[in-house]
Amino acid sequence: MRTRTPIRDHDAESSLFAGRVIFAIVVIIGLFAVILGNLYHLQVDEYNDLQTRSNDNRIKLVPIAPNRGLIYDRNGTLLAENLPVYSLEVIPEEVTDLEQQVARIANLLEIPPEAIEDFEQNVKTQRRFNHVTVLDDMNEQQIARFAAKQHKFPGFSIEARLVRHYPFDDLLTHVVGYVAKINRRDVQRLDEEERLPNYAASRTIGKLGIEKYYEEQLHGEVGYRSVEVNNRGRVVRTLNTEPPTPGSDIVLELDIELQRKATEILGENRGSIILMDAQTGGILAMASTPSYNPNWFVSGISVDRYRSLLNSRHSPLLNRATQGGYPPASTIKPQLGLLGLQSGEITPTTRIWDPGWFEIKGVDRRYRDWLAWGHGWVNVSKAIRESCDTFYYDLALKLGVDQISDFMHQFGFGEKTGIDIAEEIPAIMPNSGWKRARYGQPWYAGETLSVGIGQSYWTATPMQLAAATGVMANNGEFVIPRLLRGYGTLDDMQVVEPKYNQPVQVDKQSYWQVVHDAMVEVTSSIHGTAHSAFRHAPYTSAGKTGTAQVVNLGEDEEYVAEEVAEKYRDNAMYIGYAPAESPEVVIAVAIENVVGGGGSIAAPAARRLLDTWHKRYHPEQYEEVESAND
Amino acid sequence: MLTTEERQRHPLLKKLHLDGPLLLGLLSLCIASLFIVYSASGQNMDMVVRQAIRIGAALATLFVVAQLPPRFYERISPLIYGLGVLLLIAVLLVGEVGKGAQRWLDLGPVTIQPSEIMKLAMPLMIAWFINQRALPPRLLRIAAALALVLLPTLLIAKQPDLGTSLLVASAGLFVIFFAGLSWRLIVFAVMLILAFLPVLWIYLMHDYQRQRVLTFLNPELDPLGSGYHIIQSKIAIGSGGIDGKGWLHGTQSQLEFLPERHTDFIFSVISEEFGLIGVTLLLALYTFVIIRGLIIALRTQDMFAKLLAASLTLTFFVYVFVNIGMVSGLLPVVGVPLPLISYGGTSMVTLMAGFGIIMSAATHHRLVIRDGYQ
Repeated sequence: MRTRTPIRDHDAESSLFAGRVIFAIVVIIGLFAVILGNLYHLQVDEYNDLQTRSNDNRIKLVPIAPNRGLIYDRNGTLLAENLPVYSLEVIPEEVTDLEQQVARIANLLEIPPEAIEDFEQNVKTQRRFNHVTVLDDMNEQQIARFAAKQHKFPGFSIEARLVRHYPFDDLLTHVVGYVAKINRRDVQRLDEEERLPNYAASRTIGKLGIEKYYEEQLHGEVGYRSVEVNNRGRVVRTLNTEPPTPGSDIVLELDIELQRKATEILGENRGSIILMDAQTGGILAMASTPSYNPNWFVSGISVDRYRSLLNSRHSPLLNRATQGGYPPASTIKPQLGLLGLQSGEITPTTRIWDPGWFEIKGVDRRYRDWLAWGHGWVNVSKAIRESCDTFYYDLALKLGVDQISDFMHQFGFGEKTGIDIAEEIPAIMPNSGWKRARYGQPWYAGETLSVGIGQSYWTATPMQLAAATGVMANNGEFVIPRLLRGYGTLDDMQVVEPKYNQPVQVDKQSYWQVVHDAMVEVTSSIHGTAHSAFRHAPYTSAGKTGTAQVVNLGEDEEYVAEEVAEKYRDNAMYIGYAPAESPEVVIAVAIENVVGGGGSIAAPAARRLLDTWHKRYHPEQYEEVESAND
Repeated sequence: MLTTEERQRHPLLKKLHLDGPLLLGLLSLCIASLFIVYSASGQNMDMVVRQAIRIGAALATLFVVAQLPPRFYERISPLIYGLGVLLLIAVLLVGEVGKGAQRWLDLGPVTIQPSEIMKLAMPLMIAWFINQRALPPRLLRIAAALALVLLPTLLIAKQPDLGTSLLVASAGLFVIFFAGLSWRLIVFAVMLILAFLPVLWIYLMHDYQRQRVLTFLNPELDPLGSGYHIIQSKIAIGSGGIDGKGWLHGTQSQLEFLPERHTDFIFSVISEEFGLIGVTLLLALYTFVIIRGLIIALRTQDMFAKLLAASLTLTFFVYVFVNIGMVSGLLPVVGVPLPLISYGGTSMVTLMAGFGIIMSAATHHRLVIRDGYQ
């Protein structure tokens, strides 16, 4: 049928073909050998490298935030806690008709349409297998309503997370501070300090007060969950978990009842009251008014609200206890008297005649005493007891500002006290060098007189006054004020030891006694400026009043508090310690712009707080009184 | 020839026109395919079932094809070839577009891929054409044969489907090679192709094809883009090590870092899960099938059957080589599945039909002997 070449040599053709097949076999085996060689190279030579890359592909570390340490007061009252906040979350992938389901939930839980719009935006940017928040911070009613119908909403779930909460609201803002969202500056700082990895899962960081100062201890150590993920980043399973180390709980020296009382005493006034343990420096109360609610900051404060805090003429953001620079006024007379004795400019019996004013020789100006008709013959004890200005004008002029300044620095004036919050100023303890540097002017003698009564450029924070008063109470021993009592909880607390500054030393111990006795007379003598405030007190106490002018008055101007604008009214100051014979607590009071002064406003404020303290810490004395009455 | 013992050993297989060793090799590959597809599909039993059905259909095709003698195929070769070319033209005119290329023809109930038909039609046609005259072929016949190779090759390349067009072309060229094309011409042709490469690069290749080649030359150039596939594939292969991560435990494949894991890149899954030991065994199995195919080609008497069997076997080798070469970074990614293992339909049936022809050549040769010498 087929037309072929007449003769075909089948044997020759077959052997030609066989040759080609054998050649093909050789090539095939050769190429397979190349492939095997390459596989050997990948699977043996490069095994370690590729194995590592394979693991890098699939294993991801998911950080777990540690629980923040709790903050207690000295009696175990919780001052900062972690509360669960509930949010409704959905995994879009697990819901077939997402839009309708969300609409149903919005209806059920009465979610405002704006929140739903936000949610719809979020859904678009998130991966479909990730949680997306439908409703944050659910209230109890919403939780209950959803829980009852949860079975109708597959893919939706309620998730809880812990959020910092301050149960005492504005009472402790200037002590405990608050945490808030970690911002870019925080990230930068953490990065520089190489602490950023520890915050991989944290949303907030301490921004103020104790929360800021003890951030490292409170925060804890981040934990990690190593998970296997697929190529789209979906977690397939957990391989290993290294739990986070929770932050350390801390106990403050604070007594919430005394804090509450101090704040109540300040009332509507601007000012600060500090009550400090005279021996340990522990701060029992540290009030600064006005204050604000720290909880606003935790989840993000609104711009309007923040602006109103910032612009308020009452400066609620200012921590007056440590950032309020007040002229200390006459409250520094005890220290200055001590310097007079130590320097030899005066003796306990040195006296001068006070006609109600003082004149610098050759200067035609009269510096007035607060008592227009004068105190008559005055020695240092009387000058403290009755707060004689003239005596101190004379003494200050003899001492000179530089000697005063040096000595006052030993009491901590012009220096940060080192209390354990970051919001603190050193205030100003001026001297001639300071003035030259600051204003390029020489120091005038008249200014030295003002310094003699704690005014002029001299400012001090209430915390400095408390610390300096502590030095007086302890005859020179200088304990540093501190809010922290210890780490842990009351049952298992690692107590922090008090810290001390260089003590103030004088040549004769009797100098302390002279000043101390004069301070006791302030509250106990009929002539004492705080006598009426401390009448019938069930404990002894030493103290010193102060009334600081906020504006300079002319030589012949009369100051009538009711007639001047509120912000030009005097500040009322008081410092003291109790019991007088073995001091347990130190108090410092500063109340701004009041009608009245140290004796009529600040001393009674101190009295009220000391009464409360005494009742709480010496209840046995009251039982005795009651039983004696029975 | 040596068939007496064989006939006595496998009388049933002989009667069914099946070659025992080749069938054993193919069945081994198919069974391996089911296990690997199960793993590579992310343990999707539905896909395994579908693959099993396909294997069944492909084996049935093999069986049917094996029943007909080589002479039958010789007779219908020009017909199949002509039909194939017409369908290729039709595909270019009215074909279905998928993945940026026209490859399918919608014929109502079925869609067919004419390039798959051409994988068989090409060696059939060239073997028939070369076998018209004594071997080795003369220059003119070679030139005519090359024209017959070129026409469908260009039609397929135009779809565009470069990988298939090269495989189809090589199936035709292998026939010419086995027919005794002179070495001098082969060297000349190779040099001609090398000279032609720049033309191919500049005028004939599509952007995505050029991208593939560039990526092949340096996958790290674009690790998240087109280099991603090959990098992940190499990681999968290398991280398998010597003994592998174990069946179903390949992280690259199970966690979907590996692209096209159940089709083109299934070899990477095998490498990752069974390691160097596993892939060596697989290569041994392939080698066994290929050598057996070539032995059949050597033993059969009819030159048409010899050329066809050898060419089909060598094409099968090229599939294996190109696929493994591309997933392990030796060759550019050209979209060739791993024969008989990868998940997929048409190519499985085509391949088995090819092996059916080889079995036909293995089992019908007695008739040929009688035909030749009586």
